[in-house]
Formats: sequence, C-alpha cells, structure tokens
Amino acid sequence: MEKTPANIEIIEKYCKGCHICVEFCPTKVLEMKGFVASVKNLEACIKCMQCELRCPDFAIKVS
Amino acid sequence: MSFDYDKYIRPGKLPHIWCPGCGHGIVMKGLIRAIDTLGLQKDNTAIVSGIGCASRLPGYMDFCTLHTAHGRAAAFATGVKMAKPEMNVILVGGDGDGTAIGGNHFIHACRRNIDMTYIIMNNNIYGMTGGQFSPCTPTGAKASTTVYGNPDPAFDVAKLAIGAGATFVARGTAYHATQIDKLIAEAIQHKGFSVVEILDDCPTTYGRRNKFKSVIEMMNRLKDIAVPVKAAEKMTAEQLEGKILTGVLYKEERPNYTDEYAKVIERAKK
Ligand SMILES: Cc1ncc(C[n+]2csc(CCOP(=O)(O)OP(=O)(O)O)c2C)c(N)n1
Ligand code: SF4
Ligand code: SF4
Ligand code: SF4
Ligand SMILES: [Mg+2]
Repeated sequence: MEKTPANIEIIEKYCKGCHICVEFCPTKVLEMKGFVASVKNLEACIKCMQCELRCPDFAIKVS
Repeated sequence: MSFDYDKYIRPGKLPHIWCPGCGHGIVMKGLIRAIDTLGLQKDNTAIVSGIGCASRLPGYMDFCTLHTAHGRAAAFATGVKMAKPEMNVILVGGDGDGTAIGGNHFIHACRRNIDMTYIIMNNNIYGMTGGQFSPCTPTGAKASTTVYGNPDPAFDVAKLAIGAGATFVARGTAYHATQIDKLIAEAIQHKGFSVVEILDDCPTTYGRRNKFKSVIEMMNRLKDIAVPVKAAEKMTAEQLEGKILTGVLYKEERPNYTDEYAKVIERAKK
C-alpha cells in the first residue's frame, strides 16, 4: 500500500445515502452525515477501494 | 487509483434513476470495468435492453444503445448481430423482462448460440411496476400480487440458460462487486451465447415486503448465500442447502449462429 494519504471525494449530488460504503469499509473511515456519506477518519483509510467499487451511485472516488 | 467511469457514461446522465442501494448501479459499474478491460470500442459495441428498472441501463452508457420493448432485447439484439456480426452485442435486463414476457426470446437466443452476452439482473421481482412477483420470486416470498406468499417455484436462470443451449453461463452477485467485471469480461470473450446472471437487490419493492430491514441486510444475504463453484465441490448436500453457486457454471464450444448463417448465405450464392 502506498504511503501517501488517501484523497476521498464524495459527490454529494450523486449520493443517495444507502450506507453501503459506510458498512463495508473495513477500517470504518466513513459515516453518514444527514443523508449523505462523509469522511470521519481519513487516516484509517487503507485505499482498498471497496467503497468506490460498491457504491451503486458513482458517488465516491478514492485516489 | 480511482476508476474513471465518466469516460463511458453519457455526459449529464448522472445521477441515475435507481433507488438508494439498488444493485443495478453496481452491475453497470461492473459492465463498464469489463468493457474497459477488453478495450471495446464505443462505436462497435451495442448495448440492448427491454423494459424495467434494470433495462434503463443502456440509457446511461455512451455506446450504441437500444432500449426496446418489454422482453424483446434478445429479438432486437439478434437483428443487430445478424446485420453487423463484427459488433459486440451486449443485452441487459431484469428477471421479469428476461424470464417472463421475454422467456421465449431468451431460450431461443440460447438455443441458437448467437455470439452475444446477456447480463440478467435478478432481483426476484418486477421492480419498476411496484413489486409484482416474477418467475424468479422465491417460493413463499411476498410480492404485491402474492400477499399471502408466493406458491410458485422460482426459475433457476442459470440452469434455464444451460438447458436451453447457452454455451457460457456464469453467476455473480451485487455484493461480490469485484467478481462482476471478471465474469462479464469472460462472457464477452466467449464465442457464442453467454449468460451472466447477477443476483441483485430491490430494496424498494422486494426488501420492504420481505422483512429486510435495510439495504445492508439484503447485501449480507447475497454474501451469505453465494458459494463459489470450486468451494461447493467439497461441500455436502446439507451444507449446500439454501446456497447458490457462483462463478463460471458452464462452458462449451459449439458452432455459433452468425458463422453458421454466413455459410447459408454462401450456399445460397452458389
Ligand atoms: C408489454 C408490456 N407489459 C408490461 C409492461 C409493464 N412492465 C414494465 S417493467 C415490468 C417488469 C420489470 O421487471 P424486471 O425486468 O425484473 O426489472 P426490474 O424493474 O426489477 O429491474 C413490467 C411488467 C410493459 N412495460 N410492457
Ligand atoms: S478505500 Fe477502503 S479503507 Fe478507504 S474509505 Fe474506502 S473502503 Fe474505507
Ligand atoms: S455507497 Fe455511494 S450512494 Fe451509498 S452512501 Fe456511500 S457514497 Fe452514498
Ligand atoms: S424499484 Fe427496485 S429495481 Fe427499481 S430502481 Fe428501485 S430498487 Fe432498483
Ligand atoms: Mg426484477
């Protein structure tokens, strides 16, 4: 895994608040803030891409 | 590295119409990654659907697309393939579209072994029209038309495809997102009629009626019932009770329809 910190972009106008990314993130980086997903603990991100891969709405990008 | 889906999506089309947590979006992403892996060209690839929530998929894709009549994706796709055999033809749709009204078109496309790929998103229900039962609704499940529980046994889509003559049949789930693109890519590469069934979720019309408390519960069910074919070989009948096999279930080489039809044309010319 690269050492550079992750950059997580959540496109709020696409997010439908399904909780999938929050639930299946192995290191609990994400949380729901109102109806949309939001980053709670960026340092814990291991860039596994699970959230980006699973989001049905093209609303989350990890780089 | 973030995957650039936007490259393959018609500008301005997102957000899509699917409900929160609907697996159709996950399948569309898998299809896009498969297309990217194989390097399919936009103007040489047709994506064809019937009617239903699942069948809305081609509208988002920046390719040659056809949104046709309910259950008729295979008929229109066959026309495309016969007119342009060099084109990659991909059919997409739901369980209702493909196994109820479109059941006949489905089995005959399998029988003919036309070199096309059919992705069937099986969420066990007619999602678009409010949750009527489909031929893929499990026995006992609730739908708007089976309020006391469905008395019908469900189709096994993969077995149906194999029985009807499809020469590549695979199954994945919306939970197993990384596997979707691999199965679809292998299906597209296969010469002949290939079917990829993706077990999907419809939280809005199926989940609510069948006591799933959330999208996550539906995803976890998909996770729990799926058993990869290789792992299943070592399991007993009891252990496999209530499970569904995933992965490549069937593969065979057999003459495909467009090649055979080309020979007919040659014979007729003599
Ligand atoms: C000839 C015809 N009959 C019925 C309908 C109504 N109808 C629209 S979508 C649909 C079912 C779709 O179910 P499925 O293919 O499983 O897709 P989903 O919405 O679940 O993704 C039906 C019955 C129609 N559009 N046309
Ligand atoms: S990339 Fe992995 S670790 Fe990072 S937020 Fe997404 S799911 Fe969590
Ligand atoms: S998976 Fe996507 S749509 Fe669902 S909450 Fe996360 S970012 Fe939003
Ligand atoms: S009704 Fe069901 S199938 Fe249709 S978009 Fe909503 S969740 Fe998906
Ligand atoms: Mg359906």
